Amino acid sequence: MNLLALTRPDAWNLPLFVHILGAMVLVGALTLSAVALIAAWRSGSAPLTKLGFMSLFYGAIPGYVLMRGGAQWIAHKEGLDNDNVDLSWINIGFSVSDLGFVLLVVALVIGGIAVRRINRGQGGKPSVSARIATGLVSIFLIACLVAVWAMTTKPV
Amino acid sequence: MYHTLLFLHVLSAFLMVSGVVIFSAFVLGSPVTRPLKLTAEILWGVGGVGTIVFGIWLALNRPEYGILDGWIIAAVALWVFANGAGAQVSRTIKPGDAESPAALDRRVKFSHWMRVLWVVLLLIDMVWKPGA
Repeated sequence: MNLLALTRPDAWNLPLFVHILGAMVLVGALTLSAVALIAAWRSGSAPLTKLGFMSLFYGAIPGYVLMRGGAQWIAHKEGLDNDNVDLSWINIGFSVSDLGFVLLVVALVIGGIAVRRINRGQGGKPSVSARIATGLVSIFLIACLVAVWAMTTKPV
Repeated sequence: MYHTLLFLHVLSAFLMVSGVVIFSAFVLGSPVTRPLKLTAEILWGVGGVGTIVFGIWLALNRPEYGILDGWIIAAVALWVFANGAGAQVSRTIKPGDAESPAALDRRVKFSHWMRVLWVVLLLIDMVWKPGA
């Protein structure tokens, strides 16, 4: 596997780049969202609550699409996208990706409700929905770091 | 050893880019609060040190790589450029209140987007490894 990584065919580089760039943007946006939402817990700040959800919408979603698209693309190039392949690191990657998508969608829906309340002038205090979204985002963020470990150490 | 070093190197790169994402939010008009600024600085700083330290360690650890390979020298140069641009941005952006966006001049914004460019080029260099 080490030799494979070191002598990767050139055709795999672009999908790998798209996959890693997307994953980095996704992790960055999740981090921003988590920090902003945690800060908003204490102050009840409407701009920070909005920032937490806008970073999911404009950062995490595009990052997720790039990461997932790149993953499927490179798995296809490497012949790892068929049912006969049973590698732990691939399974961890796809599991985190699928679970993460659900968490992201739920966090966005909950976040959308919180931002709507703020826009209607009902914000200004720490909301339960923001706290739930913080938990979901944090779980996805930790799962992403586990996926980074799996992708780099490649346990069989 | 190789996989542990690679994990730490890649994890550091993720931390570094996370710092860049938070700074991008500042440049795009988000409020700059003390916890957000501190988080961005820590991610950028720890990630930056981690990428260079574990990256050089990786190069020394693998017989296939040489510390004087063109793509590794290019990576070190891009890392220096990114940190130079980043230092200017960090010095200028000051935490304010949570209710209003930071007022940043065009020079700071330009420095930030140059840092983004250097980091993306760094990633391209790491993936394609030209000349390796």
